[in-house]
Amino acid sequence: MNAIIVSAFLGVVMMFASWSIKGENKQKNIALFGLIFLILANLAQLNGWYVAEVDTNNMLSFTRFGLYTNTLFYCLTFIYIWINGEEISKIGNHAADFYALFFFILCGASILTSFNNLLMLFIGIEILSIPLYILTGSDKKSLFSNEAAIKYFLMGSFSTGILLLGITFIYGATGSFNLIPPDPSILNEQFMFSAGLILIFAAMNFKVSAAPFHFWTPDVYDGAPTVFTSFMATIAKSAGFIAFINIYLVQYKPFEKTWGIILPLVIVSTLMVGNVTAVFQRSVKRMLTYSSIAQAGFMLFALYGSSSFANEGILLYMVVYSLASIGIFAVLVKMKENSFEAFHGLAKTHPLLAFLTTVFLCSLAGIPITGGFFAKYYMINAVLIAGAGMWLVVVAMIFASISVYYYFKLIQAMYFVPGTPAIGELDKSYTYKLAVIAILILILGVFPNLLFNYLYF
Amino acid sequence: MLLSFILIPFVTALLLLFIKNDKSANTIAIVSTLGTLVAAIVVAGNGAVDFNVPWISVLHAQFLLHADGLAKILVLLTAISFPAIIIATSQNQPKQKNIFLSLLLFTQCGLMGVFLSGDALLFYFFWELALIPVYFLSSIWGGEKRIAVTFKFFIYTFLGSLMMLIGIIYVYMHTSDQSFLIQSFAKANLTGGQQVTAFALFFIAFAIKMPIFPLHTWQPDAYEQAPTAVTMVMSAVMVKMGLYGILRWLLPLFPTAFVAHINVVVILSVIGILYASFIAIRQDDIKRLIAYSSIAHIGLMNAAIFSHHQIGIQGAMFQLFSHGINVLGLWIVADIIEQQTGTRSMQQMGGLAKKQPTLAILLVGFALANIALPLTNAFVGEFLMFNSLFQYNVWVGAAAGVSIILAAIYTLNMVQKVAYGEVSTQINQMQTINKPAQIVLIVLLIIVFVTGVFPQPLFDLTADSLQQIIVK
Repeated sequence: MNAIIVSAFLGVVMMFASWSIKGENKQKNIALFGLIFLILANLAQLNGWYVAEVDTNNMLSFTRFGLYTNTLFYCLTFIYIWINGEEISKIGNHAADFYALFFFILCGASILTSFNNLLMLFIGIEILSIPLYILTGSDKKSLFSNEAAIKYFLMGSFSTGILLLGITFIYGATGSFNLIPPDPSILNEQFMFSAGLILIFAAMNFKVSAAPFHFWTPDVYDGAPTVFTSFMATIAKSAGFIAFINIYLVQYKPFEKTWGIILPLVIVSTLMVGNVTAVFQRSVKRMLTYSSIAQAGFMLFALYGSSSFANEGILLYMVVYSLASIGIFAVLVKMKENSFEAFHGLAKTHPLLAFLTTVFLCSLAGIPITGGFFAKYYMINAVLIAGAGMWLVVVAMIFASISVYYYFKLIQAMYFVPGTPAIGELDKSYTYKLAVIAILILILGVFPNLLFNYLYF
Repeated sequence: MLLSFILIPFVTALLLLFIKNDKSANTIAIVSTLGTLVAAIVVAGNGAVDFNVPWISVLHAQFLLHADGLAKILVLLTAISFPAIIIATSQNQPKQKNIFLSLLLFTQCGLMGVFLSGDALLFYFFWELALIPVYFLSSIWGGEKRIAVTFKFFIYTFLGSLMMLIGIIYVYMHTSDQSFLIQSFAKANLTGGQQVTAFALFFIAFAIKMPIFPLHTWQPDAYEQAPTAVTMVMSAVMVKMGLYGILRWLLPLFPTAFVAHINVVVILSVIGILYASFIAIRQDDIKRLIAYSSIAHIGLMNAAIFSHHQIGIQGAMFQLFSHGINVLGLWIVADIIEQQTGTRSMQQMGGLAKKQPTLAILLVGFALANIALPLTNAFVGEFLMFNSLFQYNVWVGAAAGVSIILAAIYTLNMVQKVAYGEVSTQINQMQTINKPAQIVLIVLLIIVFVTGVFPQPLFDLTADSLQQIIVK
C-alpha cells in the first residue's frame, strides 16, 4: 500500500518540480531521492509500518513476493535514471515530466504486484500503459516517434478492450471480480469462464509482447527515443509479466486445461518470431527489440511453474534481463546511428566500453558466468519440474543458440572488424556507471542466490 | 592443491592483461604454465585431497574438484601442452601478445576445470569457460576466413552444450538428494527410457566436441583458420573434452542407454575414421592433413570406448595422452615450417632433410608415432584399442584396421613430400630454428618413445578410474 501511495504522490511532486525547480541535474537528483524514499517506504511495510491505513476490501493483497518485486523494480529504475539521466533531459523541454511519468508507471507496477481483483488488474495496466504511450511519443519533432505513439496507443487500447471483455465474461460466469478461483465444477457448465480466461490471456500476451500479439513491438520500440525504449523493454515489460503470473500461475492454475493448451504454442511462436527475425536485422536497435520478444518467450516459461523455481526464476530473469538491456541500450544511446557498422572498431577506441557491451550481450545470450545463464537455467528447471515436455525445452535451447548468432554479430562488429566507431561524446564516469551494471550481472552469474536471500526470511 | 590448477592460470591471465611488454608477458606465461606443470606432476605422483566448498546453496551445487586417474592423466596432458605451445610459438608475434597469452591461459583454466570438476553444474561452467576464450583467440588472430569459420565452430559447440545443460538438469531432477555431485548423478533413479533421453542430450555435446562423423564439419576449417597456438590447444587438449565427457559422465551414469547405443556409435565412428583418412590422403595443405588425421584418431578412440571392453577403455585412456603429445609435435613442426616459409602447401615443400636435418628427424619421429609404429606411444594405445574392437566385432575391427594402412599412406606421403626430394625455393629460405622450440620438440619426442617403451606408469595412473568404470 505504501508503495502505491508514495509513488503516486512522488509523481505529483515531480510534476510540480518541473516548473518550480530549474536545472535538469537537480530534477534528476530529486527523482533519485524520491526513489530511495519509495524503496524505504516499501520496505517499511514489511515491518508493519503504513503511510495510511486503507481498507481495500481485499482488492489488494500484499505478499512478501509482491513487495520484494516492487523493491526490485524501484532499484532497477534507480539504476536506469542514474545512468540515463542526462540523456532523458536531452529529449523535450521538461525532463521532470518524464520522471513524473516514471513514477506513475511504478505506481501501476506496484498495483500489478498486489492486485487481488480483476478491476485492480485493469486499473494497474492502464496506469502503467498510458504514461508509456506518452513516453513513446515524447520526441515530438520526430515523425517516427509520433507514428509509434499513435500505433501503440491504438493497439494498446484495442488490447485493453479485449482485457475488459475477458473480465466481463469472468464476472458473468462467477458473479465476482475477485480473483479467488471459483468452484472448478462451474467450468463444465460455463463456457463463458473459459472464454474470459482466454481473452485475458490474449490481452496479457499483448502487454508482454508475446507472439502472435507482438506486431506493435518492433515499430514502437524502434520509434520511441532509445532511452525510453530501454525503460519500456525492461521495467514496464517485467511489470506486465508479474501481473501475468499473478493471474495465471497463482490464481487460475486449477484451470490450466483451458489456457495451458495455448501456452506452448505462444511460447514457441514467440521464440521463433523473436529469434529468427532478429537474425536478419541490420539495425542494432531493431535487433534488440526482436531479442526482447525472444526473451519474453523465455520468461513465459515461468507460467509453467509449480515450484519455487518459477517464482525465483522470473525474478532472476527480470533483473538480469533488465540490467543487461539497460546497459546495452545505454551504449546504444551514445552511438550516432543504430546500425551494426557504427560499432566497427569500438574495441580499439573504447576497450572498456566494448568489454562491458560484451558482458551484456553474453548475459542476454545466456553464457555462463553472466547472470543470463542462471536466468535461463531456472526457467528450464521450472519447466522440467512441471513436466511440461522435453520437446519444448529442446526447442527453446535451439532458439537460444540461434540468439547467440545475432548477439555475437555485434561482438564481431566491435572486435573483429576494423573501422572507426560512430560514437558520440563519452565521459569516463558514464563508462564506470555501466561497469557497475556489468559487475552486478557477473555477481549474479556466480551467486544467483544472493537475489533470493531477502525473499524468504 | 587442486585449486592451484584453476588459480594459477586464472591469476596469471588477469595479470597479463596489464603487462604491455611482449617479452615479459611471454616470460610470465611460460613461468606460470611451468608452475602448473610442476603441480600436475606432484599431483600425478602423490594424489591430492578433494577441494570442496559449497557454491550455490539453493541448488545444492558445490565447487568440488576431484582428481582420479582419468583426471590426472588429462591434467598432466594439459599441463605439458601449454608450456610447450607457448615456448614453441614464442617467436610468433601476434598483435597485443599479452592479451593473446591471457586468453590462452583462461582456456587452460577452463580445461583444467573441466577435467577436475566432480559437480555437474561446475563441469558445465568450465566447459563453456574453455570455449569462449578460444572463440576470441581464433576470431581476432586467425586466418583470412576466421570470423565465419570460428562462428560456425562456436554456435555448433554452443548448441551442443545447451543440450548437455538440459541433460544435466534432467538428471538433477531425478537425483534422490537434489545434488549435482557425480555420485548422486550415478545413483539417480532413471528408467531405461529416461536414460536414453539423458544419454542423447549429453552425447550430442560430446559428439560435436570430438567430433564424430556427421557432426565434424566445423573442425578442419576451424583448425586451419585458427592461429597455430590455438589449433594446438584445440587438437591436443580440447577435443579430449568430448572423450573425457564420455568416460566420466556418459558411461558411468547411463550404462543401460550406453549399451543400447553401442552399435550405432561404433559404426558412425568407423565411418568417420575411414572418411577422414581418405580425405587426409587427398590434402595438400599440411594443417588440413593433420586436422583430418586427428579426426580419424579421435574416431578410433571413441569406437574403442564404445566397444565396451576393459582393454579398449584402457587403451583409449592411454591414447588420450599419447595422441595429445603426438599431434602437438606434428603441429609444432608444421608451424615452424609455415612461419619460416610462409606456405602450408606440401607441393611447395621438399628437401627439408637436406636443409634442416634436425627438424626433419623430429618430423619423422612424430610421423612414425602418428602411424602407431611399435616403440612409439601410439602403438601401445592403438594395439589395445584394436584388440578391443576385434573382440567386439571382427568386421568392424577389420574396417577400422584399414585406417592404419591409410594413416601410413598419408603420413608417409607427407614425410616424403616435406622432407625428401629437391630442396624447394621455399624450404631454402629457412633459417636455423630457434633453440627453445627445438628443445620442446625433443622433450616431446622423448615422451613419445619413453611412454612407448615403458607404458606401465601411465596404466598405473589410470588404474583406479578404469576399475570404477568397469565395476559399473
